[in-house]
Amino acid sequence: MKLVIAVVRPEKANEVLEALYRTDVRGVSMSRVQGHGGETEQVQTYRGTTVQMSLAEKVRFEIAVSDDFVQPTVDALTEGARTGEVGDGKIFVVPLDQAVRIRTGDTDERAVTPVESR
Amino acid sequence: MSASLPVVASTVDTGDTAWMLVATALVLMMTPALGLFYAGLVRAKNPLNTFMMCLAAIAVATVTWAAVGYSLAFDGGDGKFIGGLGHAFLKGVGFAPRGEGTIPQLVFMAFQATFCIITVALVSGAVVERMRFGAFLVFAALWSLLVYAVMAHWAFGEGWLQAKGLLDFAGGVPVEMGSGFSALAAAVVVGARKDWARQALLPHNAVYVLAGAGLLWFGWFGFNGGSGFSTGHPSVLAFTNTLLTPACTLVAWFALDAIRGRKATAIGAATAIIVGCVAITPAGGFVSPGWAMALGALAALPSYAVIMIRPRTRVDETLDVLAAHGIAGFVGILFIGFFAKAAWNGVSDGWVYGNIAQLGHQALAAAVAPAYAFTATFLLLKFLERLMPLRATQHDEALGMDVTQHGEEAYVTGEGAILITPDGDDDVLVADAALRGEPT
Repeated sequence: MKLVIAVVRPEKANEVLEALYRTDVRGVSMSRVQGHGGETEQVQTYRGTTVQMSLAEKVRFEIAVSDDFVQPTVDALTEGARTGEVGDGKIFVVPLDQAVRIRTGDTDERAVTPVESR
Repeated sequence: MSASLPVVASTVDTGDTAWMLVATALVLMMTPALGLFYAGLVRAKNPLNTFMMCLAAIAVATVTWAAVGYSLAFDGGDGKFIGGLGHAFLKGVGFAPRGEGTIPQLVFMAFQATFCIITVALVSGAVVERMRFGAFLVFAALWSLLVYAVMAHWAFGEGWLQAKGLLDFAGGVPVEMGSGFSALAAAVVVGARKDWARQALLPHNAVYVLAGAGLLWFGWFGFNGGSGFSTGHPSVLAFTNTLLTPACTLVAWFALDAIRGRKATAIGAATAIIVGCVAITPAGGFVSPGWAMALGALAALPSYAVIMIRPRTRVDETLDVLAAHGIAGFVGILFIGFFAKAAWNGVSDGWVYGNIAQLGHQALAAAVAPAYAFTATFLLLKFLERLMPLRATQHDEALGMDVTQHGEEAYVTGEGAILITPDGDDDVLVADAALRGEPT
């Protein structure tokens, strides 16, 4: 059981969601974050103030998956988020000690496996 | 007004002039109001660019109008296709009235300039979120002359449509059909946004849309109410109809929304205000208040239908300029042919009151105006396409037009922003050093 964390371009978020959906990954959290990863910095000017935006807008996905699903999830994230330019983002796969489905108390593999809605 | 009248100027009426000064300011305000309306309808990464296209219309169209646009529209009126250059660079435009008017020609020119400005701004709605700002500036300059000034001459400047008997009170031909059908051509040539039909592209701030629509309606009292160029009966009638018609369109739109989805929508309401104001634009000073109310309800139907159908097509006419302006303007122009009443307008009856010829004049304009606007805009953009790229790159479009075209963002937080000082790297902020992993 792993937690897959991906930081991607906001304009690619929809494509990532599409790719995940096609891979049958259903449990996803998404948040807007700001980050810095070596991409070219945007220079902006507001009246007399010129600034370099060192933090770029990014979208962060967090996906808890069973071991069999790690590679398909990583593949989907890569496929959906890639443009080939610097700034496409990163994927981190980290071990996950425990998962609990709050509604039922299901734990671990059962908790990260989607149920058909009733 | 006809060319055979003596050129001796009539006298200036102070009341008329006072109203026209106010009306001119009201119409100018409509363009930033449109900017707000349009900005709310685009995604959060593009509102500044969208608003800037409207401001660009004020910048560019004012200059082209003063240079030659006014002259092409209003110099010489003997039923021609286009005016002359007698008023180029505002030559002869001073305190004396034009023809048999009662306001200084300077005010008349400024009032008409605001019409040219907002019409140029309206067309931008078709190409927002992907057209390069520089290319839009060039397009706006040429379009204001080749399309707007020409059509304004036909309908307002004693050009050929007016000479044949067309009634167009405040711009159903040049402003509404002119912008609407040009928008369709612009959307076809510039092409759809890269995400069109692949992602949901939603309005990012419905409150801007509502506020913009409200300010547009307010300004429209100057637009229609000023198009009688006086404080006389036609202006009073058009002013009042500008209240009645959009209100009826709103009611009809609520009903249509409720039938379709059981809820009256806010962005639908904002759209209804525009559709109603557009429909009464050509008809304002020609139809009775009762018929103006009927027009409001009637005009909702075709525009609503086009707004429903258009997103199912491949044409990304992004902000529905065709539905709101082209179609509603078309309806308003034809409506005059049926329901104009001489007892109200002092000029002519429509078919319902026994004058079928008027319907013929209106139908001619309703056929010719869309054809010219579409064709001229299509050819103009095809020509410009050979000189310069019309669109931003896919990368820039994805990142957002605000940052890539203007180097600003609408909703900037300042987090991670590092001041760039004139004397170089010495004064970089703590945040910068921290990001680079240096001790501070």
